[in-house]
Amino acid sequence: MEKVLMSGNEAIARGAYESGVKVASAYPGTPSTEILENVARYEEIYAQWSCNEKVALEVGIGASIAGGRTLVAMKHVGVNVAADPLMTLAYTGVNGGLVLVSADDPGMHSSQNEQDNRRYAKFAKIPLLEPGDSQEAKDFVKRALEISEEFDIPVMLRTTTRVAHSLTPVSLEEPGEVLLKEYIKEPQKYVMIPAYARVRHKLLEEKMSRIKDFNDNNPLNYIQWGDKEIGIVASGISYQYVKEALPEVSFLKLGMPYPFPENLVREFAAGVQKLFVVEELEPFMEEEIRALGLEVTGKEIFPATGEINAEMIRERIGNKTESAPVKLEDYSGEEIPPRPPVMCPGCPHRGVFHTLKKLKLIVTGDIGCYTLGCLPPLEAMDSCICMGASIGAALGMEKANPELKGKIVAVIGDSTFFHSGITGTLDIAYNLGSSTVIILDNRTTAMTGHQDHPGTGKTLKKEESKAADLHRIVNSLGIERVTEADPLNLKEVKEVIAREIESPQSSVIIFQKPCALQEKKDNPLIVDEEECSYCKRCLDLGCPGIMNDWEAEKVQINPDLCSGCSLCQQLCNAGAIRKAGDNLE
Amino acid sequence: MSRDINVLLVGVGGQGTILASRIIAYVVQANDLSVKLSETHGMAQRGGSVVTHLRAGKEICSPLIDEGQADIILSFEQLEAWRWLPYLKRGGMVVVNSQVIYPVPVILGYQKYPENILEKLKKNIPRTFAVDALALAREAGNERTVNVVLLGVLAKNLEFDQSFWLQALESILPARVLEPNKKAFLLGYQES
Repeated sequence: MEKVLMSGNEAIARGAYESGVKVASAYPGTPSTEILENVARYEEIYAQWSCNEKVALEVGIGASIAGGRTLVAMKHVGVNVAADPLMTLAYTGVNGGLVLVSADDPGMHSSQNEQDNRRYAKFAKIPLLEPGDSQEAKDFVKRALEISEEFDIPVMLRTTTRVAHSLTPVSLEEPGEVLLKEYIKEPQKYVMIPAYARVRHKLLEEKMSRIKDFNDNNPLNYIQWGDKEIGIVASGISYQYVKEALPEVSFLKLGMPYPFPENLVREFAAGVQKLFVVEELEPFMEEEIRALGLEVTGKEIFPATGEINAEMIRERIGNKTESAPVKLEDYSGEEIPPRPPVMCPGCPHRGVFHTLKKLKLIVTGDIGCYTLGCLPPLEAMDSCICMGASIGAALGMEKANPELKGKIVAVIGDSTFFHSGITGTLDIAYNLGSSTVIILDNRTTAMTGHQDHPGTGKTLKKEESKAADLHRIVNSLGIERVTEADPLNLKEVKEVIAREIESPQSSVIIFQKPCALQEKKDNPLIVDEEECSYCKRCLDLGCPGIMNDWEAEKVQINPDLCSGCSLCQQLCNAGAIRKAGDNLE
Repeated sequence: MSRDINVLLVGVGGQGTILASRIIAYVVQANDLSVKLSETHGMAQRGGSVVTHLRAGKEICSPLIDEGQADIILSFEQLEAWRWLPYLKRGGMVVVNSQVIYPVPVILGYQKYPENILEKLKKNIPRTFAVDALALAREAGNERTVNVVLLGVLAKNLEFDQSFWLQALESILPARVLEPNKKAFLLGYQES
């Protein structure tokens, strides 16, 4: 059979298609985003972006109760948002199979923390599957749905960035016919009042005990005997690293590490001289192994932070290396300037952060491209915790220290506002706050690659829907002072922020301008060298299109990068910056 | 090919490293080798330093190339070649676009862009192929073909037949950009 190269995320989508999933829902978040983007290509599956992960899972729960196979996807921190329905869903169980994909991000390539969501599976008491490549990602979706239906329980499929974003060969199959299950009204199963929930909790414990027995003989977990001096337990991507590094040793590969297959682990441990466990982040399996009274080496030699790689395993378990680095002369890593991510040329967020810095305001920030406003030279952000936190944090600051009143703004993006900014804003209105909330409305979910959201009026399947109106939403929350302004007009930005921050009432400013990456570029700007006094005001914008040639004491604009947004022109006192093609006065 | 081949593609977010890696993967697969790729998404793509790992061989497990284990560094920008050089294996090859893209700390004048990178690269790595890919891409009629110019240089220095590369371009690229890309590939191929 022909093999196709697929990312883990594409493969999960394919798995959903092949196993007859009826409904898929998600909120975008790296490294999970492409799952739903790919699911949406299958006409047979109803797929949607939800406003946030909690709603996504609730939609999934409904779909499952109605009898359809369901897939819900999110990044690791999204599971925090969805944790409320998840914990009780474990009690109710499912009708159509339900798989929750948690895409974790060890190493924090694009996340605010690196929590290990395997702990959630144990916490919620649900089975956990961990694929190590794209073939497994696809196959495990099917297995997860079957286990879900067989044991009447939701199943977590946990990937990590290197599984989600690595392309590896996959054999495709045709979808089998999976019929919608009959919907049956079962209040004692799905209405979790205490009297019913007590019964369901007991049932859940019994189920997990049965699943534990099942998992001891589950083909997803298997031993590969090799050199018996060393035995290594691994799951997910770590298994690939181990196999790459030490192909000759004995392995216990766990495709389903929870509930922990105790007997299989004991059998393996008894067959090897020294037992190791290789896992990124938490000592999840290590603790299970130790609880069996077995001796094992894990976190003593591997970090509990960041990623692991094959070379680390070669060195720390195998006492050898395959690295043959070039001997470099004249090379110093310290001399190499870092290349951090940066707001794009023409980004509508830039001028707002430039102004917030000039006004010396306290800025509670949020999750999105605009978080880059914390970096030099803009440096206009004081906190960033999670989706939606900017707004509650602003209110808390002014309540704790009244002297800060009138100095605090919360900054949040449009997609983030729909995700979890609405309740925070309502909290400000309700609790007589005076904070100013700035909504940076760039008409898209930019950081994750431009996904639609309620404000764009387009669904994941590109159907036209009703565009949510930010202005009217904010009004209806009880905030009357709402101003809409152009973020590329610096004078207007400054006037509006200065005015609203002075107001004793709470207020919202909506800066609306589409993301620069989705707009056509204007003619680039150029610097007239004669006129330029090298005052460097334009450089305060931190625009990658403006070059500071400090040896020549000159500023230049890179015509290939410049979008013509004109922020630098507005800042130039000398009038030295103009549009290419325009004449000087 | 008897052994594994590790290619590290490095550049700046938005330069088209991912597409280039897909084309190499196609060629490698057409030669009956197994391949794994691993790439950067999300935040780093906003003008940050990006890297794609490509590993090919009879049996590949880890999708990642560790330090000192890359056979080839294919760099879309000078500084990025220099930054990732510790990943190169002894006897390895560097294909580098001579284009300079200043990172923000340099643009703002906080830090200096290292001097004479190409000379230092050539001194350290005898098999360094530097090419002005942007100029050749312009010559091909489309600035966005920088990635394919570099593939042309790479192709000349690998053992896969040229026809596989052209076939890869045809099957991966949309028809409307195929011509400038083919031209870009051949310009790169002739350059080295």
